[in-house]
Amino acid sequence: MTNHWVDIKNADIILIMGGNAAEAHPCGFKWVTEAKAHRGAKLIVVDPRFTRSASVADVYAPIRTGTDIVFLGGVIRHLLEKDQIQHEYVRNYTDLSFIVREDFSFEDGLFSGYNPEKRRYDKSSWDYERGEDGYVKTDPTLQHPRCVYQLMKQHYARYTPEMVERVCGTPQAKFLQICEMLASTAPANRVATILYALGWAQHSIGAQIIRTAAMMQLLLGNIGMPGGGINALRGHSNIQGLTDLGLMSNLLPGYLTLPNEAEQDLPQYLAARTLKPLRPNQMSYWQNYPKFFVSLMKAWWGKAATAENNWAYDYLPKLDKLYDLLQVVELMAQGKMNGYICQGFNVLAAAPNKAKVLEGLAKLKYLVVMDPLATETSEFWRNAGESNPVDPSKIQTEVFRLPTTCFAEEDGSLVNSGRWLQWHWKGAEPPGEARSDIEIMAELFLRIRERYRREGGTFPAPILDLWWPYANEANPTPEELAKEYSGKALVDLPDPKDPARIVRRAGEQLAGFAELRDDGSTACGCWIFSGSWGPTGNLMARRDNSDPTGIGQTLGWSWAWPANRRILYNRASADLQGRPFDPQRKLIYWNGKAWAGADVPDYKADEPPDTGMGPFIMNPEGVARFFARAGMAEGPFPEHYEPFETPLGYNPLHPKTPAATSNPAARVFARDLADMGKVEEFPHVATTYRLTEHFHYWTKNVRLNAIVQPEQFVEIGEALAKELGIANGERVKVSSKRGYIKAVALVTKRIRPLTIEGKTVHHVGIPIHWGFVGIAKPGFLANALTPSVGDGNIQTPEFKSFLVKVEKA
Amino acid sequence: MNGMNRRQFFKVSAAMLSGSSMAALGLAPQTALAEVRQYKLARMTETRNTCPYCSVGCGILMYGLGDGAKNAKATIVHIEGDADHPVNRGTLCPKGASLIDFIHSPNRLKQPQYRAPGSDKWQTISWDEALDRIAALMKADRDANFVEKTAEGKTVNRWLTTGMLAASASSNETAYLTHKIVRSLGMLAFDNQARV
Ligand code: SF4
Repeated sequence: MTNHWVDIKNADIILIMGGNAAEAHPCGFKWVTEAKAHRGAKLIVVDPRFTRSASVADVYAPIRTGTDIVFLGGVIRHLLEKDQIQHEYVRNYTDLSFIVREDFSFEDGLFSGYNPEKRRYDKSSWDYERGEDGYVKTDPTLQHPRCVYQLMKQHYARYTPEMVERVCGTPQAKFLQICEMLASTAPANRVATILYALGWAQHSIGAQIIRTAAMMQLLLGNIGMPGGGINALRGHSNIQGLTDLGLMSNLLPGYLTLPNEAEQDLPQYLAARTLKPLRPNQMSYWQNYPKFFVSLMKAWWGKAATAENNWAYDYLPKLDKLYDLLQVVELMAQGKMNGYICQGFNVLAAAPNKAKVLEGLAKLKYLVVMDPLATETSEFWRNAGESNPVDPSKIQTEVFRLPTTCFAEEDGSLVNSGRWLQWHWKGAEPPGEARSDIEIMAELFLRIRERYRREGGTFPAPILDLWWPYANEANPTPEELAKEYSGKALVDLPDPKDPARIVRRAGEQLAGFAELRDDGSTACGCWIFSGSWGPTGNLMARRDNSDPTGIGQTLGWSWAWPANRRILYNRASADLQGRPFDPQRKLIYWNGKAWAGADVPDYKADEPPDTGMGPFIMNPEGVARFFARAGMAEGPFPEHYEPFETPLGYNPLHPKTPAATSNPAARVFARDLADMGKVEEFPHVATTYRLTEHFHYWTKNVRLNAIVQPEQFVEIGEALAKELGIANGERVKVSSKRGYIKAVALVTKRIRPLTIEGKTVHHVGIPIHWGFVGIAKPGFLANALTPSVGDGNIQTPEFKSFLVKVEKA
Repeated sequence: MNGMNRRQFFKVSAAMLSGSSMAALGLAPQTALAEVRQYKLARMTETRNTCPYCSVGCGILMYGLGDGAKNAKATIVHIEGDADHPVNRGTLCPKGASLIDFIHSPNRLKQPQYRAPGSDKWQTISWDEALDRIAALMKADRDANFVEKTAEGKTVNRWLTTGMLAASASSNETAYLTHKIVRSLGMLAFDNQARV
């Protein structure tokens, strides 16, 4: 979330699309109710199903799954055509006036630089034009034919209300009503927020859907405003934290990135990430990258990371490609992986195409599962009848299952969707011999290190040198680890302006990332968390819930990254004079000497408002980008592409270009492509989701939840049920090209057929919570159905849009 | 102690008492004795935590029996929403309201277990056996398959044949340590549950 849960109460218009907060985030959704009750806010829900969120909406519109870019692109067109945009905001705080290179083009659904063999773009033309001074050229009048404003207007001119109705199945009148409601927030003192979740992310064009929404919010001047922003409602309690800490193939903590193999030396690596300003007097905060990076290397390798060895740069593995979950399952299925460790991650249920995952796990030499609960993954080798028809005697994988603590049995912090790091305390002992994940990882590491010490082996240095300063080596405490990622001084730190003065003593915790240095004198495991455990102690444990301004800013409750800032880009909530756009909801303002107000300013604290420094300080432009440059795989402006399993077989925006039917830049493995179904065989459009009574695949192990939602079901509309002769409560079989499930049919009025390009399209709803382990009634893992193709940028699998066939079981 | 409301009472009791019940010391607020429920909770320790399910991060209060005395294993008997929490303000959804049954699920794992190749059952093993065997397997695989240089001579120091998936509900501290260890081994097949 750019903003946070309580801040939703400040919104005038709330759009829930690509999510169902009332069902999946119930206690956060209460702030929608609050905004409706006390601000008179209006709620819009756009979803293929009439969801629990829709049931309390002021306006609900249906949409075909996977076509959100057409809908949102249509809103962008509407705002531009009617000129209902926040002019002062877009003129000063975005790249609308920037001029794009002459060789950039978009034709027949493809941008310039496409290579169909590699399914990849050469992105060199996706950039701005530079002047002689090295800075980007701009045209403040917005008349230049290649300025971002003109290019964007031209790009979305095709996204007419007629096109929206044809592709999305949303009636034009409904669509236009929603456009008007969103446009009502163009005035500076009105704000809309967007709440979305995996309903946007889990598409082969997921990241671009989200980008389109962010562009809409920028046009309306809603980013950085209280009650505004673009708010990803994360699915798991600490998946924000795990992402922040960089637990992904190509990341390091704090959104630093691992080197590619071409980056053989440190200066080259740093230069590519130390972004220089693209316009005069911009902050371009990534200029500090070397400080974050060197401090991380000191936290990991301590004394072994020196200026002479480039801060142990060679100890970091170098990437040739991304090894995300989908890639790893592919390698497993090819028999190229030997070992896999699943820490609280039920991969057999969670990854797409269960059959492929099963095949992969069965080819491993060893599998280690750490979990508080029994999971399907740990028992993948067990024959569970039709839902897991395997022969254990044919599976040679050694499996270890290690019992872990759960939340109640440990101290530590989690990051909620609003980026709050909240500390929690242990209240009970774990059952039996269960141990914490920290202890298990530490024990495992020490045993590996001991073997390298004793026996030697391949490249042992990064293991032997790993900085391990914990009082009990076999069980570091959460406090020690929190202090390590927050950061400390390694030597006495002199004041750069007055070297005689010491600002931090050696060993002292740092107050924040502004104190980090690139000379090896500070250690910090995650720069964006820096200051969470500061010189005054553990700020994540704070419990002051006072809200002095009444706009929901409880700065003394826990600690938010970065720097305890609650609303990102909040400088953009004030005008060029530093006055809040909305005097009723003052977030930050210029008091003549400094920035002050209800939040920690996302800006240089003493920079006067009118010096031309932009509010988007992480961007080298200083302003927000409509034109993504090389930042996205598919192109600088989002374009609609059909799901890989499309009910149409072509892209209505580019019916004559097969290359532009589905995401031309998505990585898709040959085997997975062969595993895609066609509409002739699988005529129904399926989408997966959660129910409020269950959490993923965990709560089928939990008695109360197993009681309230005991049995697997699928939702089908009355029209489809009638067509297939299926009665409510009957058992049905749902098949895709990859497998099938059997479940009870819930026949509902909440899913209506849509007319797409003149043809009737039925949606089928697949709740995901059942499997062959648990105390609820045994069921089928829903991912038996789902396709293995990821979003082109971050490889989120397309769980929200695929083809199935429904029939009586 | 007069005039203390229930919340203040519990704050005080959590801070002052780890062993005995306040009522037994004659310090209970007047109303407590009249209310069965308060009386019940007054014997317990209150611990603050957060719901481990979705990312709303609702605050919860866990009430535990067993007070840290010798031979007494603390166990949670009741969980409710934290009324002081700015987001959930005491409410919980059907998942958070059932957390007690997650802690005490019959499917909680209690011992390390091992499934041999080709077997159709678990056998219980000791932590030492399990960790030693896993460490040996990992080292053998790393030693055999670690890539120090590519064919073109580029230094890459990566290990691709063993991978890891990290949890979605583990703490930042667990995640941080996990990341530190995984990269020291040179692992790249590393991911979390952000997308699924
Ligand atoms: S109680 Fe419900 S809404 Fe709150 S964090 Fe838990 S799952 Fe989410």
